[in-house]
Amino acid sequence: MPTAVYAGTPVTVTEEGFYLDPDQWREDMAPEIARDAGIDVLTDRHWQVIMHMRKEFAGKGTGPTVRALGRTSGVSIKELYLLFPKGPAKLAARIAGIPKPRGCI
Amino acid sequence: MTNRIVVLGGGTGGTLAANRLRRDLGDEVVITVVDQDDDHLYQPGLLFVPFGLSRPQDLVRSRPAQLHDGITYRTADIERVDLGAEQVLLSDGVTLAYDVLVVATGARLLPEETEGLTGPGARETVHTFYDLDGATALEGALSRFTGGRLVVNVVDMPIKCPVAPLEFCFLADWYFTERGIREQVELIYVTPLDAAFTKPVAARTLSGLLAEKHVELVTEFNTGEVDGTGGRLVGYDGREVPFDLAVVVPLHGGAAYVDRSPGLGDEFGFVPTDKHTLQSTAAPNVFVIGDAAAIPTSKAGSVTHFEGETIARNVVRFLAGEALDASFDGHTNCFIESGFGKAMLIDFNYDTEPLPGHYPSGVGLPLLSPSRLNHLGKLMFAWFYWHSLLPGRDVPGLTAAMPTAGKHMPVPTRS
Repeated sequence: MPTAVYAGTPVTVTEEGFYLDPDQWREDMAPEIARDAGIDVLTDRHWQVIMHMRKEFAGKGTGPTVRALGRTSGVSIKELYLLFPKGPAKLAARIAGIPKPRGCI
Repeated sequence: MTNRIVVLGGGTGGTLAANRLRRDLGDEVVITVVDQDDDHLYQPGLLFVPFGLSRPQDLVRSRPAQLHDGITYRTADIERVDLGAEQVLLSDGVTLAYDVLVVATGARLLPEETEGLTGPGARETVHTFYDLDGATALEGALSRFTGGRLVVNVVDMPIKCPVAPLEFCFLADWYFTERGIREQVELIYVTPLDAAFTKPVAARTLSGLLAEKHVELVTEFNTGEVDGTGGRLVGYDGREVPFDLAVVVPLHGGAAYVDRSPGLGDEFGFVPTDKHTLQSTAAPNVFVIGDAAAIPTSKAGSVTHFEGETIARNVVRFLAGEALDASFDGHTNCFIESGFGKAMLIDFNYDTEPLPGHYPSGVGLPLLSPSRLNHLGKLMFAWFYWHSLLPGRDVPGLTAAMPTAGKHMPVPTRS
């Protein structure tokens, strides 16, 4: 598995850049991951989603889907796409340092 | 004292669970099944209605007529479940107290949650085949369709029978070929997933089949709006897919009373459930079968059928004060109509993805490959459904635990 360096610390990530171990993540890494993904500044709204992703992962063992985020994060799906363009669930999971959401079957 | 079992829902799961429990427990328990109407719909038949291959009136039978003697059936809307008081409130004011509750109320279509989906163009340029009225209306629309862009769209997961929209594409390819206008029809499959299906090996086969049948595949499309008059799907990311006729599978959620019952459901109205014992996490005396459960399986009749054995055994054990059996393995088995009188078969569980080979053993039906035998299997299944599956009997060749005998299992990799 590849290693990436964020905030001066090496972390293990997948080919797509998802953390394998959420415990390796620290808040000061998030802005660097975001810049890699093309998001220059993390606003309070971004952080609301990021912390929600981590809470959901801790409770359920997988990150939420976009639809679940729209219901539970306090941020509408439309705004989620503005904050995390293209794929909010995947992008927010990457920045929040949790594995790729499994989605549904 | 006689124990009281209340079963909410008289569809596939509720019927087969009630029948198995009646057989296993007899007069030791009083079983009451509740549903809002008397129409038991054979849901696998919906796919065939738009193509004139099934008649709507042949798909519906009486709900109580599928229940064994000695089971009480009530027609009523469910207001809510009170987990603390262990009772169900019905909208006609009646209260049903229970010792064990079986939740089997399935999934509900939520077209109103997608902008435009119930607006102008609905039933004209925008259709669905996920309910009987929709499938019937779509038959007319397809028969009038003489050419243009036919878009099949899944708004978001989870949906019932996740292969059905793909089957619709395959059957549409056959249908327009038969009518001699296939050249005038563009078929486009638009999915929120990053591939044709969730499981990698099956996704490769299915996307190969889409390509072979000249069905364009659009992936990772999250539908934000369905514009029926403008003829376009608009994605949340700004992408647009134009259509002349759209066949849309709407968002799904659990039954409405779940949202009104504190502590019972998740944010979508599905009931969090242990995926091996089928006991809910909401309360120990609440068990869940079928599409109503928030477990990582497909929402499909085969799953519900395979769950029947586990849920009946565990309700019996719970009432006897014994430890539950964590035996449900996530077994799923789907026939996939591929058009021109052929079908594929996929078979998988929590740990094993759909693999090529034969089912249930080396001399059985071919897996992951179109065959006439599978198509006949799918047609024959309707008979088994009414006469064997609902009464709670075991269907030959369909065991609860996933068989591995005929599958090309991967060689374990060294780590």
